[in-house]
Amino acid sequence: MFGLVNLKPSFWEKNVQLAAPGSSEYLFNYRRIWKDAILLTSIVALFPLIFITLVNYRFTGQAMGSEWLLRTSRTVSNTQRAISFFLTERRSALEFIVHDNSAEVLQDPIRLFAILENLKRSFGGGFVDLGWIESDGKQKAYAGPYGLQDKDYKDQPWFKQVIKRGTFTSDVFLGYRHVPHLVIAVKKKTPEGSFYVLRASIAIEPFNDLLSNLELGGLGDAFIINHDGILQSNSRYHGRILEKIALPVPVYSETTQVREGKGLDGEPLFIGYRFIAETPLILMIVKQKNELMKPLTKTHLEIIIFLLVSVTVILAVIVGMVTFMVNKVYTADERRLMILHQMEYANKMASIGRMAASVAHEINNPLAVINEKAGLIKDLFTIKQLYSGDTKLIGLVDSVLSSVKRAGKITKRLLTFARNLEAKIETIRLEETIREVLSFLHKEAEHRSIEIKVEALADIPTIETDRGKLEQIFLNIINNAFAAMCDGGRLKVQINRSGTEKVEIRICDDGCGISKQDLQRIFEPFYSTKTGQGGTGLGLSITYNLTHEVEGQITVDSEVGKGTCFTISLPLKLTTAEGANACVCYS
Amino acid sequence: MRVLLVDDEEELVSALAERLLLRDIDAEWFTTGTDALQRVESGCFDLAVLDMKMPKISGLALREKLHAKCPAMKFIFLTGYGSEKDFASATAKVGTADYLVKPVDIEVLLGRMHELLNSERGVK
Repeated sequence: MFGLVNLKPSFWEKNVQLAAPGSSEYLFNYRRIWKDAILLTSIVALFPLIFITLVNYRFTGQAMGSEWLLRTSRTVSNTQRAISFFLTERRSALEFIVHDNSAEVLQDPIRLFAILENLKRSFGGGFVDLGWIESDGKQKAYAGPYGLQDKDYKDQPWFKQVIKRGTFTSDVFLGYRHVPHLVIAVKKKTPEGSFYVLRASIAIEPFNDLLSNLELGGLGDAFIINHDGILQSNSRYHGRILEKIALPVPVYSETTQVREGKGLDGEPLFIGYRFIAETPLILMIVKQKNELMKPLTKTHLEIIIFLLVSVTVILAVIVGMVTFMVNKVYTADERRLMILHQMEYANKMASIGRMAASVAHEINNPLAVINEKAGLIKDLFTIKQLYSGDTKLIGLVDSVLSSVKRAGKITKRLLTFARNLEAKIETIRLEETIREVLSFLHKEAEHRSIEIKVEALADIPTIETDRGKLEQIFLNIINNAFAAMCDGGRLKVQINRSGTEKVEIRICDDGCGISKQDLQRIFEPFYSTKTGQGGTGLGLSITYNLTHEVEGQITVDSEVGKGTCFTISLPLKLTTAEGANACVCYS
Repeated sequence: MRVLLVDDEEELVSALAERLLLRDIDAEWFTTGTDALQRVESGCFDLAVLDMKMPKISGLALREKLHAKCPAMKFIFLTGYGSEKDFASATAKVGTADYLVKPVDIEVLLGRMHELLNSERGVK
């Protein structure tokens, strides 16, 4: 099964500090190192990337916005110039006509028609009709298609304005003809002190043609309003002619202005406008900012996707690399510590061996003297027949001699133990070796009423291996079993053949057992369930290594509350001498 | 049977000699190799029981010298160090010999002495 849990690095749960910082046994807080390394590397790698992307995002947006503002401003100015020129040209023509012709000429409808036709021919478009109006507002002469002869204009706003200003261009209105148009009127004073007005109606189609032909982009709309916000031309999106637009009327300015504003729905707009001089007209060009910025938005989206993909890839690589490196450091550290502990263990065992040999020898000599002296006493009693009848004395001497024999056995065992700590391959009988190891724990078993049973098949062959390592393996496992068992427990050692090339030793106790969770990690260094009770978590780890050094395998089965069985499989013969020499430090 | 006993532990070697004497074995004891060699000048023994570890001259070195003077003499070594197996590897250098780890059972010692004298195992 390959779950997420398997992705968890092996150092993840190891936040141990076995010793003070600086000590050779110090283990780092790997999770923190991992987090710090990822954080630092990510900042160093991602900050410039994100920074540059943000700068690019911001500046390209600003640059494009400025470009569109400038372009809109240019269009507004150019269009305003065209409209202004159109009106100025026609106003100038009227002024010329009014000054070049007498009132009599202008009152003559035939002549007025002729002038209108000439104007139409000369200026190409815009002029609809001409009217000559007396100072009382009555149109005395009219040339045009609407039959407006004798119409009274004295109450019309444009008539009042022209009387006041002399020349006037009106905004668009329907008038008597009920057709949208605007009026250019010129006042001429008579020598008698009165005045008359020459009025020309201008169609709005030229404006509409001009405005509709502008290439604006971004759902742009160009139109003309008057100072009250009433549409003076067609508009694509802001209403029909003579309707009031929803946008606010711009603040007066002599120059072209382009500003950012909001539409009815709150959509961002670029609004360009220009007041057309000497008219009540305002040219406006309105563009949808979002539409204009669409290409940039697309580019920005691509940049953001690229950024996200890059960040993901960089983070994945950083996490992968840092995990790999920290795992390497952790493994190396753990191996270093393991070796340190193995050396310490080996040195300890070597010291114990030396001490055992020394003690055994020191005791052996006085024991030998006691043995000989007691033997001599017995000889004197038995051989010379002097005290041979005294059974009590003979019994006492026998007791001394049997104690000497027992002490002699202990010293011999100690010497054998010390000798076996030296690494060397020899032929051994497994049952004998196990019984030797058990003899060290014999007294404890007796005191705690632990029943020990060794079962070996008759055809178990001898094996060639490192006796010292094997004894340490058995001693560690049996010691663990003793620790797990209650008083009165039972320890069973079985020796069986496993195929033709191996033997198998099963050491089973009926102790408290090991949980499944602990069972998976039981051979890991520093893993101990006896924390706080003197356990270093190295016993079984060392046992595991020693088993591999003698080319064996060790497995464990356990059930909580029922007991534990360790199974050690050993080859009949080591394939290399390295198994024995791998740890010369033991000698 | 004439037996030479050499051990730097006087209490041990004297008691052992006396026990052998009680069993009608002609045993003489010495606490140094030098004294033992001097004694051999005046006549050889059938068998020598030597402590392995002695000051000045070790059991193995003494055996060399005794063997040079009395080639027929046979040897049993005693040791307080290590096991009989260790001892076997050490004595293998000079050929077969018998050995016992202290403390020694007198009956075992006697058995070995008889075995050596009645067989071809001893060093000649």
